[in-house]
Amino acid sequence: MARIEFDDVAHSYLRNPQKETDYAIKTIRNVWDDGGAYALLGPSGCGKTTLLNIISGLLTPTKGRVLYNGIDVTALPPEKRNIAQVFQFPVLYDTMTVYENLAFPLQNRRMGKIEIDQRVHEVAEILDLTAFLKHKAAGLAADAKQKISLGRGLVRSDVAAILFDEPLTVIDPHLKWHLRRKLKEIHEQLKLTLIYVTHDQMEALTFAEKVVIMYEGEIVQTGTPEELFENPEHKFVGFFIGSPGMNFLRCRLDGNVVYVDGERIKLEAKTADAAQKALGALELGIRPKYLEVSSTPVENGLAAIVKNIEDLGSYKIVTILFNDKTLYARLPEDIPAAKGKAWVVFPPQKIKLYSDGRLLK
Amino acid sequence: MNKWENNRAWLLTIPVLIIVAFSAIIPLMTVVNYSVQDIFGPGQRIFVGTEMFRSVLHDYRLRDALWRQFLFSGLVLLIEMPLGVLIALAMPKKGWSVSLALVVLALPLLIPWNTIGTIWMIFTRPDIGLFGATINNVLGIPFDHTASPIDAWITLMLMEVWHWTPLVALLAYAGLRAIPDVYYQAAKIDGASPWATFRYIQLPKMRGVLTIALLLRFMDSFLIYAEPFVLTGGGPGNSTTFLSIYLVKLAVGQFDLGTAAAFSLIYFLIVEVLCFLFYQALQNVGKGANP
Repeated sequence: MARIEFDDVAHSYLRNPQKETDYAIKTIRNVWDDGGAYALLGPSGCGKTTLLNIISGLLTPTKGRVLYNGIDVTALPPEKRNIAQVFQFPVLYDTMTVYENLAFPLQNRRMGKIEIDQRVHEVAEILDLTAFLKHKAAGLAADAKQKISLGRGLVRSDVAAILFDEPLTVIDPHLKWHLRRKLKEIHEQLKLTLIYVTHDQMEALTFAEKVVIMYEGEIVQTGTPEELFENPEHKFVGFFIGSPGMNFLRCRLDGNVVYVDGERIKLEAKTADAAQKALGALELGIRPKYLEVSSTPVENGLAAIVKNIEDLGSYKIVTILFNDKTLYARLPEDIPAAKGKAWVVFPPQKIKLYSDGRLLK
Repeated sequence: MNKWENNRAWLLTIPVLIIVAFSAIIPLMTVVNYSVQDIFGPGQRIFVGTEMFRSVLHDYRLRDALWRQFLFSGLVLLIEMPLGVLIALAMPKKGWSVSLALVVLALPLLIPWNTIGTIWMIFTRPDIGLFGATINNVLGIPFDHTASPIDAWITLMLMEVWHWTPLVALLAYAGLRAIPDVYYQAAKIDGASPWATFRYIQLPKMRGVLTIALLLRFMDSFLIYAEPFVLTGGGPGNSTTFLSIYLVKLAVGQFDLGTAAAFSLIYFLIVEVLCFLFYQALQNVGKGANP
């Protein structure tokens, strides 16, 4: 078990990186606490897997240091770091039985036969694989195979951390949920450091205590699912988390009020104060959930047109045309909505202001 | 829905049937025809049933040739399979050197078979051959493939290994390249030694291509004709007379078509049965039915 630290780590796949865009990972300073369950969330190609491979030692970063419990391991290969990694596709030793697969990492570390036997049975018990121990690993279903990959990490009781690289990609949807719960159980039971890479926000939010959002080689925010939803620190987080993502409108600040194409929207004093010194172009952001829509004129309501309503059973997604800009609102079932003329309210306490993509606070 | 009643589409297979008939079925049936009759001339023939087969099976020269053939194929497989895999493991994995290695490796495969025999005949001649002369005159070891059976076998094996190991190596290399990187990453993380990586990842993943390599090498070595015919002509004595060389002696040399035909059919059956057995055995390796 280990606390993993990134000390200004940057990585480029090019031999002579010159400009910032040459880097797949731009200077990252981050700490993964011992025993934490982290999800690394971001779109495809944002550097999640690269980051994971730097942690495990499959890649050596171009710049910076990786520390395990304060000890520099940057130059150490994966087997010396005592890390486990579960890949997107199940990686098994086909010719071995399940038992032999689980025992393999221990045998390579020259552990005693009796000790190995005990560990393998313990881990098989945790993963519900006891009944399969004597089977050939090659003949099993994808979810069992992925459990074996995970088991090869768990058998080492001193494993520093277990890294997951989109491990549920090839698993049937109804088993995904089951495996995710299993992972959570294991985390609670063994208190291991788990880092889980995914581009599926549902997976990230249900699995992790802390979600790390990556965007174009940078960590843009680390937080609990609630923090990410309520206070996206980067425009990308607002857009990526939540379905549909946050609404953004370009705006101009004037005292305690912003103007969006001449329409006046009032702000809370602290929001406005934080924005006074901002230099870049301002944008207003608001979650679809917090937009209020009414088909009759209301106080502070701004005129708009409802273009489309999608009823999803437990809520409705309403597409609104507001001064030629499209906004989405997420309304509870009991609030009536109709196409045509409407009034939208931007609740001041829910409005966020962004400058150059970053939250002003 | 009504089933389509028009079966005229079957007519489209006629060209293929004709080609297969003329290239395989009719020649094969001719051989069967020769094997059960004793033919003296046009219109003069007697049906002899299995007599030819019986005489072939009792021919000690044929049995000697058969054991020689098994020894040859066995040695070929024992040397070429491991050597080919070793070469494939040692080959570069990226960069311009890959193309270079592939071209160099493929060269022996591109040379016509009897040219190979000629190359090695000259190469190993004790008087003027680079190899033969060096061994005889520089190292002082007497070596003559035309006089000593052992030397003839050594020369043949060298030629065969030089000629065909590249095929095994190329197939094994293709198999190795097809293994996804994550397997190596997982092995690293599990702390596997290079030997364990080979034994539990590379070898099982190469099973398919190695099966093909083994079958091809077995068939080709069991049917070998041109190279030993050019190099040693089956000699000295009968020491390198393999089945096909003996068969040609029977059919062309002695014009004993009936015996040669019966012999061909037996030869054909041996190859067929052994290939089938090899294939079945390799299919079952490592699969191991689950209880």
